Amino acid sequence: MENAKTITIVFDDEQPLLQAVKKIRESGANIIDVFTPFPVHGLDPALSMKRSRIPLVGFIGGAIGGLLGFGFQTWVFTVDYPLVFGGKPLLSVPSFIPVTFECTILFAALSMAGAFFIKSRLKPDKKFEPVDPDITDDKFLILVDGETSAEKIKTVLSGINTIEIK
Amino acid sequence: MIQSPLRAPLIKGKKTYQSITSDILDPMMSKPGSLWYIGIFISGSALLFGAFMIFWTIWHGIGTWGLNRTVGWGWGITNFVWWIGIGHAGTFISAILLLFRQKWRTSINRSAEAMTIFAVMCAMLFPIIHMGRPLLGFYIFPYPNTRGMWVNFNSPLVWDVFAISTYFTVSLVFWYVGMIPDIGTVRDKIKAGWKKTVYKVLSFGWKGSARHWHRHEVLSLMLAALAAPLVLSVHSIVSMDFATSVIPGWHTTIFPPYFVSGAIFSGFAMVLTLMIITRKALNLQDYITVGHVESMNKIIIATGSIVGLAYITEMFMSWYSGVEYEHYMLINRATGPYWWAYWIMMTCNLISPQLLWIKKLRTNIVFTFCLSIVINIGMWFERFVIVVTSLHRDYLTSSWAMYKPTIVEVGLFLGTLGFFFTAFFIFIRVFPVIAIAEVKSVVKSSGEKETKKD
Repeated sequence: MENAKTITIVFDDEQPLLQAVKKIRESGANIIDVFTPFPVHGLDPALSMKRSRIPLVGFIGGAIGGLLGFGFQTWVFTVDYPLVFGGKPLLSVPSFIPVTFECTILFAALSMAGAFFIKSRLKPDKKFEPVDPDITDDKFLILVDGETSAEKIKTVLSGINTIEIK
Repeated sequence: MIQSPLRAPLIKGKKTYQSITSDILDPMMSKPGSLWYIGIFISGSALLFGAFMIFWTIWHGIGTWGLNRTVGWGWGITNFVWWIGIGHAGTFISAILLLFRQKWRTSINRSAEAMTIFAVMCAMLFPIIHMGRPLLGFYIFPYPNTRGMWVNFNSPLVWDVFAISTYFTVSLVFWYVGMIPDIGTVRDKIKAGWKKTVYKVLSFGWKGSARHWHRHEVLSLMLAALAAPLVLSVHSIVSMDFATSVIPGWHTTIFPPYFVSGAIFSGFAMVLTLMIITRKALNLQDYITVGHVESMNKIIIATGSIVGLAYITEMFMSWYSGVEYEHYMLINRATGPYWWAYWIMMTCNLISPQLLWIKKLRTNIVFTFCLSIVINIGMWFERFVIVVTSLHRDYLTSSWAMYKPTIVEVGLFLGTLGFFFTAFFIFIRVFPVIAIAEVKSVVKSSGEKETKKD
């Protein structure tokens, strides 16, 4: 990922990172990505990130799960093998609710988790190399497009506490 | 300017991001102490004993248990309900407390969720071997078969299968997804070698990108929102195994809320037992503080009082219903041959948690530890009382019987305890016990002023 055409700016805390993100964006430079050891509050709006649509995936998954669960029970008891239990109606909706509910939750949860891994392109990777091994410890990092010169970035970020610009 | 009173910091000591990482990872990366070996030896022995008893049950059949025609559900179902209940605290901490923005949960959620998963695994064992022919256990799933039949979706026992397998799957996904960033931390800290490769695979190539964090947060929140009603549904459905029957003492509408609060009550007791040992053994007193113990104790008072109220409501209803069988059930529980079990339950669950109203006691670690074990025992007896005392004397006097467990049932229970603790001992060596990234995100907002002062 790291090649000659990018500039890496390293910070040791979230505040200077947030200020730097704003200044870099104001200067017109293009931020490729930001790496942090934990979710930084306020970073998403600063990068004008669109809200993830994972909840929508969950809703669709849950709806499919619920319909499948309910539909399957209905089909089993009214079409495929109608059998009277305890004199109750064949289509006894209340007693289908628990299984329907569990199917809804299961499908919603699995579809959202799947969407997360697919959209983020995260997969088990034996050869994975981190951008910087300290990102998961205590370093915050901005990766800027190489179109802007390092000098310009340095002047933009003067007064902000950076560890390293390279 | 109006200032809110300063809250006590969630994490003690002057912590930097780096020291949080090393505090949590060091006990994991260094060689385990002798206590760990002693612990895993004891729990491993219990596990092996239990494994032998599983073999014994399957080989000779369910007749090796102390069950009879009258008492068909003994220790097996008691243990099942008890273990499921213990699991509930983990989901409560990680899901419901997340939705309520209780930030103190960050220190304990990881291990509490691990506890959930191990407890549910222990619980699932019992119905499976209770079937007598566990190799045909897959019959309970609705799959197309040559008999042309389906399972009975009107039966709470089938609901149980769906509820518990969903609960296990969702808890596992929630736990693992939450752990991925921290596995990334382990991967970047550990020395090169086969372990690093394993963590590389397990971390799913986590790189801490802002976009990934955003999705990760949304996903955690959404999974929490799903897990919260799920956890309430699971024990409600377990309680319906009893409540939909006609046995006096089981046939009550109060069961679902009563079981859920009992589950959270016993689960928090188990979390406290484990956490008090863990903080001591892994030197995490700065992360799991007396404040955490006190907060959990407050939840124990709340849920314990709900459970107590449910006991009293049960007494009232058995009299108010005017049903003589219900009436006799209560008198038989309190004064019949199993009176001791009833009074152990009452003392441990109704009276002992009320001591936590005293601040001195609920901030005392040793007292809390002892009390948590008392509550665990009490809650086990609650399930025993519900299962056995209701069954052993129902309507027909001629079929009244007594029940005594055999060594096989005792061994199975010891075996699940052994599995639970062995799994936990392995877990604290393999994965970070505290959610590192989550603790880092609260250390500033909660304790900056305090930590700078001292």
